Formats: sequence, C-alpha cells, structure tokens
Amino acid sequence: MGDYVVFIISCILVKNILLAQYLGNCPFLGTSKKMETAVGMAMAVIFVLVMAGGITWLTELYILKKYGLEYLRTIAFILVIASLVQFVEMFLKKSIPALYAGLGIFLPLITTNCAVLGVCLINVNEEYTFVKSLVSSFAYAAGFGLALILFAGVRERILLARVPKPLQDTSIGLVTAGLMSLTFFAFKGMV
Amino acid sequence: MAKTLVQEFTKGLWEEIPPFRLVLGLCPTLAVTKSVENGIGMGVAVIFVLVCSNVLISMMRNIIPPKVRIACFIVVIATFVCVVELVMQAYTYPLFLKLGIFIPLIVVNCILLGRAEAFAFKKGVLASIADGFGIGIGYTIALAMLAAFRELFGSGNLTIWGDMKVMEVFGSSFQPFQFMVEAPGAFVCLGLMLCVMNIAGKK
Repeated sequence: MGDYVVFIISCILVKNILLAQYLGNCPFLGTSKKMETAVGMAMAVIFVLVMAGGITWLTELYILKKYGLEYLRTIAFILVIASLVQFVEMFLKKSIPALYAGLGIFLPLITTNCAVLGVCLINVNEEYTFVKSLVSSFAYAAGFGLALILFAGVRERILLARVPKPLQDTSIGLVTAGLMSLTFFAFKGMV
Repeated sequence: MAKTLVQEFTKGLWEEIPPFRLVLGLCPTLAVTKSVENGIGMGVAVIFVLVCSNVLISMMRNIIPPKVRIACFIVVIATFVCVVELVMQAYTYPLFLKLGIFIPLIVVNCILLGRAEAFAFKKGVLASIADGFGIGIGYTIALAMLAAFRELFGSGNLTIWGDMKVMEVFGSSFQPFQFMVEAPGAFVCLGLMLCVMNIAGKK
C-alpha cells in the first residue's frame, strides 16, 4: 500500500506529465485561458485516461501479445482511444446529460491529446500490472489536472498585467510554464 | 489556383512555420530538442509522415465521407508512423532509443492532423506534396534552431549527427548551464523564441 502512495505522489509531482515529461502541451496552452475550461478539460482527461489505461492494457495482453502483433501497437492504441472517446461521448449524451454538458466539448479534443496515448504507452513499456496501470493512469491524469488548473489561475492573472506586445499570449504562457516547471523540478529529490 | 507550387512550399518555411506561427506540435518540440541530432531526426520523421499522409489523403479526398474524415486521417497517419517506427528501429537504433516514446506520439502531433484537415483534404496531390515538404522542412528548421540554442548553452557542444561531428564551441573552462537542457529551459526557450519571431514577423 505504501508503495502505491509513493508511486502516486511521484507520478503527480515528480514525473508530472505536463511539466516534466512534456506530454499534452497543446491542450495545456489551448484550454488554460479560463479557469472554467481548464477544470472541464482536467476532469475529462482524468475520466478518459483511467478508462483508456485499462482498455489499452487489456488490448495489449489479449490481442497484440496473443497474436504477436506488438509492432501494430501505435495503430491499435490510437484506434482504441479514438473509439473509446466517441463511445464515452455518446454514452454521456444519452445517460448522464449533466456530465455531458460539462465535459462534452472537451471530449473530441482528447483523442489528439498526446498525454492520453503517452500514458498508455508508458504503462505498457514499463510492464505495469493491470492495477498499477490503472493507478498510474489516474495519477498522471491528476498531475495533468493539477498543473493545468494552477496554470489557468496564473494565466487569468497575466491578463491583468501589462505584458510587452511581442511577448503576449502564447509566448508569455510558455515562459510562465517554464517557471512552473522549475517549481515542479524541485520535487525531484523527494521520491 | 491562386498560389503556385513554389508558394505552397515556401509558406511552410516562413509565413506558417509550424511551432512558431502555427502553435501546433509543441510536445515533441519541447521534448526532443535537447540536442540538434534529436531535433533533426524528429524533423525528418515528421517530413516523411507528413508528405506521405498528405499524398494519400489528397488522393482519397473524394472517397472519404466528410463525417468520418478525422478517423480516416488518424488511420492513415498511424500507418505511416508505424512504418517510420520500424524503419528507425532497424537502421538508426541509437536515435530510436533517444527519441523513445515520441516516435509513436507523432500520431497525435496536431501538425499532421491540422495539415490533413486544412490542406490535403481540399487540394490536389501536387500541391499537397509541396505543402507537406514545406511545413515539414520548416518544422525541422525550427526544431534544429531551438535545439542548437539549448544544446549550445546546456552542454557547450553541438552534435550534428552521430558521435563524429561534435564541435566544442566554448573551451573547456565553460560551465554547462544545466537549466537549458532540462524541462523548464525548454519552455522558457520556446517562449522567448516565439517572442523573437513575433518581433521579426511584424512589418
């Protein structure tokens, strides 16, 4: 149990998917202008990534490994993720409209979020067990959410500041992300 | 056809140079630019996938039903990424190990999907080839520039290809600036380069 706690903390803070592993930066910059969208995106990623982590793990074991098709992993995973996202979208629309209203517009964006495919590939490459894959998917997604929400908070403040013209928008966003990444860097010796 | 093929090609090099003007494909941009060699390797892989997927999508643009086009694009792109992955594993194994997870992640690089959607799906095959090469080469140049900057200050060397062509730029008394090759340096450098491009692009 203690191992898992350490593992979760290291995935959220030390190996933060956005700021230490450079995955999922497009939605990081794209959806962080407002707190609302950032929270929506963070929730959608947590929701989908845990499912995707489980399903791709099963795909790897029962389809790819069984028939010796590991070299098709990239194609197989992206198809699984794309159809999962589509399925989740239809399911939410039909049965939980309240949740769909919150997460709906972010779901199609998740297919091309490299954090999702990246974490699924990390799970398989590191040969985690099924439970550990689920835990790591959740922890990485939580790390994504944490960084995204913190960054959105900073970015809302930047709107009020007088930024030199050439630095505006994405440019200052990236510099800010760099400073945040430096903060997360300090956790490195922790685990 | 207002634009000639040459114009389609050159717009990728300056007007629409990917990570700077079109802010797409940031993850590999940040991750693989620790050394110039990695940057160029990634760029070449992207050129190949981009040109091939542009050609195929452009040829099939009348067959693919618009409703399922995104899924079709992803399958086409994923196929070529698999090809690149296997070829790199066979012939450039050290580079394959360095780029690691970022080769399969070319699939979700927004530049590819963006070009398929915005260009190849609407234009002819030749124009798509020109566009693919233009954007791809522009991306490679951008990666190489960023990587050169980071590697120069982060380690004091410039690795162009393999172990052979290592240039010692600063003397042995140079203290490497570790910050530049780590994650925070990547973000800050890219942000500052965007700023420089904004100044340069203003007329």
